[in-house]
Amino acid sequence: MTASSEEVFEKVQAALVDALGVDDDEVTPGATLVGDLGAESIDFLDIVFKLEKAFGISIPREDLSPEDILTNSQFVQGGMVTAEGMSKLKARMPWADLSKFEKNPRVQDFSNLLTVQDMCNYVQTKIGD
Amino acid sequence: MRWMWVDRFTEFVSGSHARGLKNIALDEDVLDDYCPGFPYLPPTLIIEGMAQIGGILVAEMFDWDKRVVLAKVGKAEFFAPARPGDQLQYHVKIDSAQENGATAIGTSHCNGVLQANIDLMFAFLEDGRFADGPLFKPGDLATMLRLMDLFQVAVDSDGKPIEISDKL
Repeated sequence: MTASSEEVFEKVQAALVDALGVDDDEVTPGATLVGDLGAESIDFLDIVFKLEKAFGISIPREDLSPEDILTNSQFVQGGMVTAEGMSKLKARMPWADLSKFEKNPRVQDFSNLLTVQDMCNYVQTKIGD
Repeated sequence: MRWMWVDRFTEFVSGSHARGLKNIALDEDVLDDYCPGFPYLPPTLIIEGMAQIGGILVAEMFDWDKRVVLAKVGKAEFFAPARPGDQLQYHVKIDSAQENGATAIGTSHCNGVLQANIDLMFAFLEDGRFADGPLFKPGDLATMLRLMDLFQVAVDSDGKPIEISDKL
């Protein structure tokens, strides 16, 4: 981890501790926001506000919530994201590790995909490191 | 019971901040059961009062087009009970706002002493979420805001008085 990525992690960690009421040591790079840290949908708005403030960035809604893809019948069939849909998701979220999700891309599992590391990666793309 | 937890707006600057007063009176029913023998305004209603000021600030900032609801109380610290005879002076400042919601910081002072401080987050209800259509019947919100003297003090960022919107 370089110095700047450590700094990013620390700020992301602080934002998540504040938004989710969890302890520092629970916010590990591999922890999922929903499953491990208990984030609910409204918490994502809070996390967005806190990250925007901490890093001086602007986070468009569709960056973290690709609902337009996940509710489009062109990209989802039978509750599963199609290959075309996966390409769309990867293009939209190149900072997210979608490898596990890709093996069994059930739409309902998407909400529990993002990890702390994904958030750090996302912030890095926004601050240009 | 009227669900108004601010008695009067004393300052309102569009998109920025607002101040309001809340007087605590012994004849308020809500004081009776919360802590029998030691009447004071439940802290949740102090949060509600500041949330009402903040929600109105945010709604006005977006020209009354958003259905603004209190979504989260990020922090709430209380340093003293608000007892009958006290007057709370609320100050709420918009911290950030974007297309989906807004955050605000509120303080309550009593006799010049910090009584409480809170962090609030508001979300905007999308159509089809919880309820369709406006949250208030036509004219109801305008009436409530008039009772609270909002339009006596409300100004835009240039200091010009804010008129009562047709959307209310």
